[in-house]
Amino acid sequence: MNIMQNVGIGSAINRVEGLQKVTGRARYAAEHPVPGLLYGVIVSGAIAKGRIVEIDEAAARAVPGVVEVLTHRNRPHIAWFDRSHRDMVAPPGSPFKALYDDKILFSGQPIALVLAESFETARYAASLVSATYETEPYNTDFEKAQSERFMPRKKRDSFHPPKSRGDAQAAYDTASVKVSAEYHLATEHHNPMEMHASTVIWEDDGTITVHDKTQGPQNVRDYLASVFGMSAKSVRVVNAFVGGAFGSGLRPQYQVYLAVMAARMLKRSVRVVMTRQQMFTHGHRPEALQSVQLGAEKDGQLTAILNSATTSTSRYENNMEDVVIWGLMNYACENASGEYAIAPVDTATSSDMRAPGAATGMTFFEMAMDEMAYAAGIDPLEFRLKNYSETDQMNGTPFTSKALREAYAAGAEAFGWSRRSASPRSMKEGKELVGWGVATGMWDAMFSKTSAKARLSANGHLEVSSAASDIGTGTYTVMAQTAAGALGLPVEQVTVRLGDSSLPIAPVEGGSWMAASVGAAVQQACDAVAEKLLKAATKLEASPLGKASLEDVRFSDGCIILREDTSRGVAITDVMRAAGMDTIEVEETASGGISGMISQMRKSRNTHSAVFVEVRVDEELGVVRVTRVVNAVAAGRIINPKTARSQILGGVVMGIGMALHEESMIDHRLGRFMNHNYAEYHVPVNADIGSIDVIFVDEPDPEVTPLGVKGLGEIGIVGTAGAVANAIYHATGRRVRSLPITIDKLLDSSIMP
Amino acid sequence: MPDAVPPAPALWAATPVTLTINGQERLLKVEPWVTLLDLLRDREDLTGTKKGCDHGQCGACTVLVDGRRINSCLKLAVSLDGASITTIEGLADGERLDPLQQAFMDHDAFQCGYCTPGQICSAKGLLNEGQAHTREEVKEMMSGNLCRCGAYTNIVDAVMEVLNARGKLAEAAE
Amino acid sequence: MNPFTFTRAGSVPEAVRAMGTPQARYLAGGTNLIDLMKENVEHPAALVDINRLGLGDIEELPNGGLRLGALASNADTARHPLVMKRYPLLASAILAGASPQLRNAATNGGNLNQRTRCYYFYDTATPCNKRNPGSGCSAIGGVNRIHAILGASDSCIATHPSDMCVALAALDAVVQVTGPEGEREIPFAEYHRLPGNTPQQDTTLRPGELVTAIDLPAEDFSAHYTYLKLRDRLSYAFALVSVAVALRMDGDRIAEARLAMGGVAHKPWRVPDAEQVLKGQQASAENFARAAELLLQGAKGQGENNFKIGLARRAIRRALWQAAVGTPQSQTDKRIA
Repeated sequence: MNIMQNVGIGSAINRVEGLQKVTGRARYAAEHPVPGLLYGVIVSGAIAKGRIVEIDEAAARAVPGVVEVLTHRNRPHIAWFDRSHRDMVAPPGSPFKALYDDKILFSGQPIALVLAESFETARYAASLVSATYETEPYNTDFEKAQSERFMPRKKRDSFHPPKSRGDAQAAYDTASVKVSAEYHLATEHHNPMEMHASTVIWEDDGTITVHDKTQGPQNVRDYLASVFGMSAKSVRVVNAFVGGAFGSGLRPQYQVYLAVMAARMLKRSVRVVMTRQQMFTHGHRPEALQSVQLGAEKDGQLTAILNSATTSTSRYENNMEDVVIWGLMNYACENASGEYAIAPVDTATSSDMRAPGAATGMTFFEMAMDEMAYAAGIDPLEFRLKNYSETDQMNGTPFTSKALREAYAAGAEAFGWSRRSASPRSMKEGKELVGWGVATGMWDAMFSKTSAKARLSANGHLEVSSAASDIGTGTYTVMAQTAAGALGLPVEQVTVRLGDSSLPIAPVEGGSWMAASVGAAVQQACDAVAEKLLKAATKLEASPLGKASLEDVRFSDGCIILREDTSRGVAITDVMRAAGMDTIEVEETASGGISGMISQMRKSRNTHSAVFVEVRVDEELGVVRVTRVVNAVAAGRIINPKTARSQILGGVVMGIGMALHEESMIDHRLGRFMNHNYAEYHVPVNADIGSIDVIFVDEPDPEVTPLGVKGLGEIGIVGTAGAVANAIYHATGRRVRSLPITIDKLLDSSIMP
Repeated sequence: MPDAVPPAPALWAATPVTLTINGQERLLKVEPWVTLLDLLRDREDLTGTKKGCDHGQCGACTVLVDGRRINSCLKLAVSLDGASITTIEGLADGERLDPLQQAFMDHDAFQCGYCTPGQICSAKGLLNEGQAHTREEVKEMMSGNLCRCGAYTNIVDAVMEVLNARGKLAEAAE
Repeated sequence: MNPFTFTRAGSVPEAVRAMGTPQARYLAGGTNLIDLMKENVEHPAALVDINRLGLGDIEELPNGGLRLGALASNADTARHPLVMKRYPLLASAILAGASPQLRNAATNGGNLNQRTRCYYFYDTATPCNKRNPGSGCSAIGGVNRIHAILGASDSCIATHPSDMCVALAALDAVVQVTGPEGEREIPFAEYHRLPGNTPQQDTTLRPGELVTAIDLPAEDFSAHYTYLKLRDRLSYAFALVSVAVALRMDGDRIAEARLAMGGVAHKPWRVPDAEQVLKGQQASAENFARAAELLLQGAKGQGENNFKIGLARRAIRRALWQAAVGTPQSQTDKRIA
């Protein structure tokens, strides 16, 4: 028997869908050919708030090839009630309903959909639609909105209110060393490479198949069924390939709603793709203001934490994030208080974007920690270790595991932190100031009830399926590896199906819970198949396995083999043939179970990271280069070191963007984002990225989730932006408390003569 | 189907264009305002070439025209009459992948995969240009291709592997 | 993008004749025009494809200069051996701009005629005098961190986005054009114009005129030059401020100086006094500072872009230093030399 390479959990195999992606065969939402397809182009509104007085669509209708112009005046019936428009992950409020009536809630709001026989015709005709408006007063200035900050009575389901302890104010007032600072984060847009798109295939029986760019096909299915009064059975949503999303695809976006509306009205297949400009007219990372006050003893022991934040939401929904809890959880400090509220502006509702809440709140908290380290005259890493906590300080619970100490050590070692010179502006090379900064990252290790099906065929081929999504996160590979490992099959013999609402129930892909959750479901389903196989094998006449139980055997190289005597085994295909089985099919649901739920209450589950960054700043010109990043991550068991590393690399790159580049700039007179394109909304390019070293520290944690997996989608970004900002301070001696740190913020003649 | 489409005015007349797409000569009739990108995606069902911005700001639509990399979103198909176009679908030789395609898989130089065809075609163009030799040069000359998943370092690793292998081949040939 | 007629011109006279059609535009590389048509900023009724006019050559001129064909691509121009050898400043400036893909498609003539990156010019939902004369300038008092600090008017504060043109301005290039009334030459300094109260007009080209070539004079600045570009990320972004410097050194004295700035005005910015003040002087920090002040004379911020004045001052001094000591800015190594 050939020794097969290990393909199960822990092996660094190539992404299983890679071939489709490098050959261009992977089809994304707008790439499914349909005969007789209509192309829909969305017309965006020009004002921030008010109502549409008149829409002139005559010129558009006169263009040959135009089939229909949908507006609020001629749209078909949709559900009246807000609750019918609320998707699985919607924040409390009244969801935006495109073309519902004449009201304008935000600039760029869709006001019409032009449908034509070709994309070019629709695009041209859409440019001919004009509207007149009646404007109402509005405000998009977040600073002004502070006067309206509030805490809604109805909280978002996922929201964790900060819990205060001790008397933080008193402790702060009497602290020997104090730091007090205000931080600001600009609005960011997710800007995945694939623009939001939907292809709706109209079937003659009135059912629809929707290829949609989403992170949750079942969320979109349920939403569409509810909005359009269809049965869930008559809607199938497919997202086999998703060109990035980072949170923008958690909620159904307006293009899918418009496309389905048109398809139902015209009884034809319809495709609608947003423009890049329209990608700036829906969810975004909220703008944020955060104040942190820290008190410490002279030796650097924290005595007081006061953490307060506000994030932006819209007028019609209350989006909330966990911004202020992170520092309260992570550090040993007897007195801590957290306070959080939201403030409404007249834009589309903000939404989750990679590590929502933590990317904002932890970044600023870690910048404040850095300030305190300098104020107390202690090395920033040593300062964090001094205030290290083995337990969750906010909830008073132990962690299922927390190898952050190991992450600090491994990261510092790889980075060479011990060679750091303490004072700002003390490291210089040529015309560049060199700065080294550190920050901690933290995110939740979540698990969500997920189902998966495993189907083993007589020829030894295994198919595993679940309505999970792979938005670049590696879900295909995670499922394939887990399945291959469970049944000892070569990974080539495993087919993964995901991204289809008709498959077993799975949550939206987000929050870093997918690998742990769908992985567990696949494992469970495959284990059940294994059990059936073994049962059949032991029933065979002269079974080489005797009366072996599951504990006595292992599945390897397509065979069931006795652990005690590896010369005794039987091929899976032989078992199936001899037992006369064509297929074995099992669907299983992985849930935390009762014990998991109890444990969830008694223990905190989190991933942690230690991020070390080197920047070089031209002393005269303020040009910043991030030359080195070491991101040491403690995230439990790693299913695939290769794809896992990529998740962290991606988080680091987005964190660098957050620190240095990304900012959606709004003209408050117009209430409109103005740099709504890739040329002026800067995301990092290849030249911006130096070396990135990713380390996964050992963190066995059988308790956190069934497979011991914690998830990696978010943790890579948390910590990165803070570490960059801290490194810039170390380099320049200038503390920039407003992200992104663009060149203008470093041009201060008192710092750089 | 809705009512018959009204007769198109003379202005809308499609123009005949000959393009060689992935080695196949195609005689097409295209309206002048159709970009090469939309022609490939909507009319030739070559959806490997991606639309990431439609404004020349992301590089996802990169294809090779007569061996040179360009943004297909900013080219009118009619202006390319007689040109030879290579898209991601035309890079492999049958089942044999282009070394760049294999290197991208081996180095996990993508996540969502949406920018990948553009990255690979761009890297192909970069190799054809022969101007990039070092990591820094590859980084700069691959900066016309955004990757929001942040696979940049892996992309450079993949391109460097192919670049170095080529260098060794050239050395061996000398 | 609106429907239009498409004609392919086979010769320069044919192209110029075809431009007689109302609302016609020349189409070369298309990297800017097609983009603007998609944004409904430009809506020509006719496109005249000039890509096959045979204007793609780069050749030596009898006077020792170099003629760049209007339809040579930016990439081919930057990589041309004669350009690299004699006009490395131009090569460097081209390579600082856009991306390899765009440089492959974009032509030299088109580079001269590209339009501003002003957010409002691109967004048809907002007033803009350049796009829609008389509608007002939204950038004044708006989002304007990328806008002009020099030569702006009450009608327009847009900047010219080209890098290549900054080098061409410094090198005293001459633009060759052919129009309905025949051929003429336009000195580079006169090619682009300030907005005044007619910001819709970017250049001094007359209706129907076609750029056929750009001539570079014979002067040699290949030993002391630099193109320093500062932007919001390290590549593939438009300049906040860029500086082109070309010097001829005589020992440690400056025999001849050329100085142009990009990203700061409606045209590449040159001030003769700033160059004159360096002539015969030592390459010193004081003299560089003096030149910077003269080049920035009259600079005025619009609010968000106030920082550009200080940034430009530093960039000019640094670029002069780079050129004087002969360490031109690399467009690959992102460390500022």
